[in-house]
Amino acid sequence: MTRNTTIECCHDDVHHEHEHNADGVDVFGFWLYIMTDCVLFASLFAAFAVLHNNTFGGPALRHFISLPYVLGETLFLLFSNLTYGFAIICMYKARKALVNFWLVVTVILGLGFVLMELSEFIHIIHEGHGPQTSAAMTGFFSLVGTHGLHVSFGLLWMVVLIIQLLRHRKIDNTMVRRLTLLGLFWNFLDIVWIFVFTVVYLMGVL
Amino acid sequence: MSDSNNNTPVADIPYGMGKKTLSAYLVGFLLSLLVTVIAFGAAAVGSTGVEDLGKWRSYLAMGATKVNETHIYIILAVLAVVQLYIQVICFLRMNARKEGFINTMSFLFAIFVVFVVVGGSYWIMWNLNYNMMH
Repeated sequence: MTRNTTIECCHDDVHHEHEHNADGVDVFGFWLYIMTDCVLFASLFAAFAVLHNNTFGGPALRHFISLPYVLGETLFLLFSNLTYGFAIICMYKARKALVNFWLVVTVILGLGFVLMELSEFIHIIHEGHGPQTSAAMTGFFSLVGTHGLHVSFGLLWMVVLIIQLLRHRKIDNTMVRRLTLLGLFWNFLDIVWIFVFTVVYLMGVL
Repeated sequence: MSDSNNNTPVADIPYGMGKKTLSAYLVGFLLSLLVTVIAFGAAAVGSTGVEDLGKWRSYLAMGATKVNETHIYIILAVLAVVQLYIQVICFLRMNARKEGFINTMSFLFAIFVVFVVVGGSYWIMWNLNYNMMH
């Protein structure tokens, strides 16, 4: 049962457009959600910008930052965006096995990012500078942690899609819509990460 | 619409972004990589003590002997915006044509809200701090 029917009776334009492009409307709705997520991150950035010097006597953020480490995290996320792009291109050619392959590679790269970030957090907390020790650390953990949480949920979504593709679904309209939405989400996370690593890590180390 | 059994292509969802192509992804990826590495390089140079820029002259053959920290902040901010632009155009395939217009406009509006939230908060808090401390 497809949603793109060609009914020719006298519907008004909006209804007709909706019948033909329900998927496009869904994607636009998700795009608006992504925009509100940007505003959420904006408030976290604002908090970090105001508070990053308030370390309550603790060490400045630059003591925790290792630029090669953060470059590694960034490359993991950037490469995962590229491999997701490959998955989308294979999806357009309906090569289901290849879509699965590239999705699995993307999950592995995304997991690399999350594990590196978790390891960094554990290290900082272990040294006694958890999110409750000062306003600066709260700002840091809130911003970077929220982004990491978003990435983790994106990975969960990706795993669910992989399982669906493996078990029974074909690359039909529904799967195209789902993969498109996840693609938007995944791209958006990389875009937010650009600003996270610039503002928190690169400017923090100066 | 076709499914994966026949390996015939599936239909695009017309949601207003341009068609995703392999070349766009590769170009976007390589440009993002380049900008990222430049940004990390700038931060690395800035963190080693910018007054010593003289010792980097032989490597970079730069004209300036004194770069101060503000310059590096500006460079990093510009590079971040450039990379945003690259990713939005190459990965998300945003465009200003008629079908992508509402996506682009809602994106620009969200950017405006972000500026107000971040800039406004920082301005207000800076002023509060100034007024309390002086």
